[in-house]
Amino acid sequence: MTRSFEVGGAPHLPPRLTVAKVMLQVLLALLPGILAYAWFFGPGVFVQILLASVFALAIEALMLGLRGRALKPFINDYSAVVTAVLFALCIPPLAPWWVSCIAMLFGIGFAKHLYGGLGQNVFNPAMVAYVVVLISFPAAMTAWLPPLALAEHSLGLADTLTTIFTGRVPLAGGWDAITQATPLDTLKTGVEAGRMVPEIRSAPIFGVIGGRGWEWIAGWFALGGLYLLVRRVIGWQVPVAVIGSVLLLALPLWLADPGSNPVPLQHVFSGGLVLAAFFIATDPVSGCVSDRGRLIFGAGVGVITLVIRRWGGYPDGVAFAVLLMNMAAPLIDRYTRPRMYGE
Amino acid sequence: MLISILLMGALGIAFGLGLGWAAVRFRVEADPVIERIDALLPQTQCGQCGFPGCRPYAEAIAQDKADINQCPPGGEAGIRALADLLGREPKPLNPENGEESAKTVVLIDETRCIGCTLCIQACPVDAIVGAAKLMHTVIRAECTGCNLCLPPCPVDCIDIVAAETGPPHWQRPKPQTAPVAVSLQ
Amino acid sequence: MTASRQGGPAGAEGQQTGHFHGGLRLRHHKKISCAAAVERPPLPELLVVPLLQQAGDMAEPLVRRGDTVLKGQPIGRCQRGAAVHAPASGSVEALEDRPMSHPSGQPGPCVIIRPDGREQWCRLEPLSDWQNASPDSLIGQMQDCGLAGLGGAVFPTHAKMRDGRERKTHTLILNGVECEPWISCDEMLMREQPGKIILGARILRRALGAERVVIAVEDQMETALKALSDCAEFSESHNISLVKVPAIYPEGGERQLIQVLTGLEVPAGGRPSDLGLVCQNVATAAAVAEAITAGKPLIERYITVTGNGIAHPRNFLALFGTPVAHLVECCGGYRGDVARLVVGGPMMGFSLDTDAAPVVKASNCLLALTRDEVAEPQAEMPCIRCGECARVCPATLLPQQLHLQARSGLWKQAQEYGLTACIECGCCDLVCPSHIPLVDWFRYGKGELRKLARENAASELARRRFEDREARLQRLQQERAEKMTRRKQMLKDKTMQQDRIRASIQRAGHKGAGKPGGQIDVRADGTSDDT
Repeated sequence: MTRSFEVGGAPHLPPRLTVAKVMLQVLLALLPGILAYAWFFGPGVFVQILLASVFALAIEALMLGLRGRALKPFINDYSAVVTAVLFALCIPPLAPWWVSCIAMLFGIGFAKHLYGGLGQNVFNPAMVAYVVVLISFPAAMTAWLPPLALAEHSLGLADTLTTIFTGRVPLAGGWDAITQATPLDTLKTGVEAGRMVPEIRSAPIFGVIGGRGWEWIAGWFALGGLYLLVRRVIGWQVPVAVIGSVLLLALPLWLADPGSNPVPLQHVFSGGLVLAAFFIATDPVSGCVSDRGRLIFGAGVGVITLVIRRWGGYPDGVAFAVLLMNMAAPLIDRYTRPRMYGE
Repeated sequence: MLISILLMGALGIAFGLGLGWAAVRFRVEADPVIERIDALLPQTQCGQCGFPGCRPYAEAIAQDKADINQCPPGGEAGIRALADLLGREPKPLNPENGEESAKTVVLIDETRCIGCTLCIQACPVDAIVGAAKLMHTVIRAECTGCNLCLPPCPVDCIDIVAAETGPPHWQRPKPQTAPVAVSLQ
Repeated sequence: MTASRQGGPAGAEGQQTGHFHGGLRLRHHKKISCAAAVERPPLPELLVVPLLQQAGDMAEPLVRRGDTVLKGQPIGRCQRGAAVHAPASGSVEALEDRPMSHPSGQPGPCVIIRPDGREQWCRLEPLSDWQNASPDSLIGQMQDCGLAGLGGAVFPTHAKMRDGRERKTHTLILNGVECEPWISCDEMLMREQPGKIILGARILRRALGAERVVIAVEDQMETALKALSDCAEFSESHNISLVKVPAIYPEGGERQLIQVLTGLEVPAGGRPSDLGLVCQNVATAAAVAEAITAGKPLIERYITVTGNGIAHPRNFLALFGTPVAHLVECCGGYRGDVARLVVGGPMMGFSLDTDAAPVVKASNCLLALTRDEVAEPQAEMPCIRCGECARVCPATLLPQQLHLQARSGLWKQAQEYGLTACIECGCCDLVCPSHIPLVDWFRYGKGELRKLARENAASELARRRFEDREARLQRLQQERAEKMTRRKQMLKDKTMQQDRIRASIQRAGHKGAGKPGGQIDVRADGTSDDT
């Protein structure tokens, strides 16, 4: 008595990983840093994350519909949510709601779907989103808050929501009463004014090695990044190259001129460098394929960031650095193809 | 103002000279384009393109006297390769020249062959062995499937058979799965 | 080379000197099929013996419907490949197309034998004095006995031996590394018949003209290792060493094993014999021992019948042609919802559409997978370029790029990126978060590359022949033209004309000597009645 069976291709065991699982791991790794952010700067970051996620998913659904693609698998793979969260972590916690909307339109709509959707984007969608709104709305994008501990006036959840959705700060002094320059901004204006770095650093907005509060956030992001490393979601090449190249380049600068250059470690714990090193520059789609390529990519991000920070017009150049290296990634890939067995 | 004009002009001349020198110094000797076109043609020598052989067709393409979509044995892959080489747009095979079909060879029915040598004279690649009044046989490995031997045969003893069949020649088919790109329509 | 002591006393355990890139640690699932000793199943009603059981050409049948055959009698001969033999004595019931356990799933010509149960052997011709027999006769016997690689690739053994001999092989590697999960037939063979394996190794070594033998075994096959090192033949042999290798899939791949044992890499596009090495499976070695010392052709093999879909998994010594359904019955039948029946392992095996398919030389394992095991949790998504595939590839390729190239038909680029070097192990497929069927694409791609290579060679040949023909016709035309001009010259030259006329009259005169009036007048202007 013979039976017939359905036929399938080898391997006959389906893979255990799914795209959604990978994305969820990334979100999990971001969680400690997000909580630290909220601890130091208030609930605004949660609102921004929520806003960005909603807009991101909506625009993704819209684009998928326009492109004639099935919605379910792509909405459920959480890749849009990861983009939204990373973007939300880069903008001031009180940014108006329309900033997220426009940003996600460009990030998800243009940078991701116009290039072909998941797996096809040449540029990092979160960074495209951030750069577009940074350049278009400089006022809204530079209205940063000081840490809660230092703030004269701080806003609760209700006031935060009002500010985000109406654009007006429900306080006597308005925006000026609550915003303050970021540590990197303070450093840059101070150095350009001719003051010495150690003197600038004595301001209360600076913490032990980086900005007050910011250094803790960077630390928690780093831990999340190490979790991703251990779980093999990201490789060690990009984070090591980014942080390593910043340290290597900042060291001679600091040794030569400690007056206008901060300690190398301070560069690492300021701004979005740690976030970029572990979460943004490691985006596999817009990065390099081979191990050597990833090292070069990471080094490029680090070097360009440092150059922009030191000599450029912006206080933090991580986003531009990532986008510039995204442009170079295909060329790097071409020249760093690994040697095959037997070659 | 004057200085910048002079400077730009000088730079332009310098770069132009540099490029010219590089074009000569680093010149890559490539095969003439006729050779490269001929290398892409399947060498069936069947004449379906309207030219007496693959080389004349290659020459005609190089001189822009023929289009790239006239070769049925080369098929779509051949048209694409020619389009890539010449930097043109690939287009569908011209139906006037024939249809793309699976590779075939011919087989002489030895019970009917009369040994007239007309097919031997017709074969463009000398793939038929034989002599007058002796049995003719097609060397299977050298038959290109051009079918030029069929018309001259007075007793119609040549049959067209499929070229490679059977499990030893089996090839895996293209995977049917596609990434989730189901249209909403 | 290996770190074992060359020429030292047997039992010297060697160490690996290299490791290969990538690979995966998989759960073995081997213990459940190793509990019972290997037995021969009862004879089935019919034996369906395919004529294509090797990597190469199909054999030509030597028997017809109605013939009586003896056990071991040749029933198929192949000019360049290995022969096919009757696995049991009986009568040939038919010669027709049946499912033949081929990856294509296509049926093919088979010899269907109804065994008579008497198991009468044909006349066997062993080469008992193999130590003094010529290597060529040893290799010839291997071809006549139908030996092919029993590790799954079924490459005709005699062809590999001849190639290895020509290229001055110095080391024979016996591959006892059964790296795919679930398969345990080689392990059982090593446990139960270690002496035969060692004997086969020595015969193969002599046929190759090699100096030493290295037997590679996975480090978790403790019993098998012990059986090999304890057996009498091992202690009596010299220059044979046992090496333990780590159980990482695909350790048993020829190229990976060579890299691990010697640290050397088989050159791209080359073969192990380029490095002076030849690899054979341990089961092949055992079959060689049988073929040479007992003259027995290859008619049966160890096969593992296992999986969560089999009631009592175990190993059998099954005759070729046994329908796999018969083996499953002998294992207590199916268990649970069996969704897929695979010949081979879960990583590289192919699936059968019917269990009427027979056991053939390549069938090392029959794996029944349940529906839960093969259920696909996610539809295929686009590649997210995560790089996991490149991390695990044992051939250090870039499966991401190869997949893109195969999909787009960019064959030249695919060749540059090493598509032909892919060993189809399936590691990349198993780690892909987007669930892209990478191996399917690469198998298709390799087929396309082979087809392109064949077509290119054919068109090169056709071009050359066409040009030769054109040259020949031109030459003939030229010769004809020259002959014409010479003729015309001669006609103009009167003296030559007269000489010719005179000569032809002379010839005519000799011919017509008996004719009356043989005289012919030559007129003044040179003409005559005879021209």
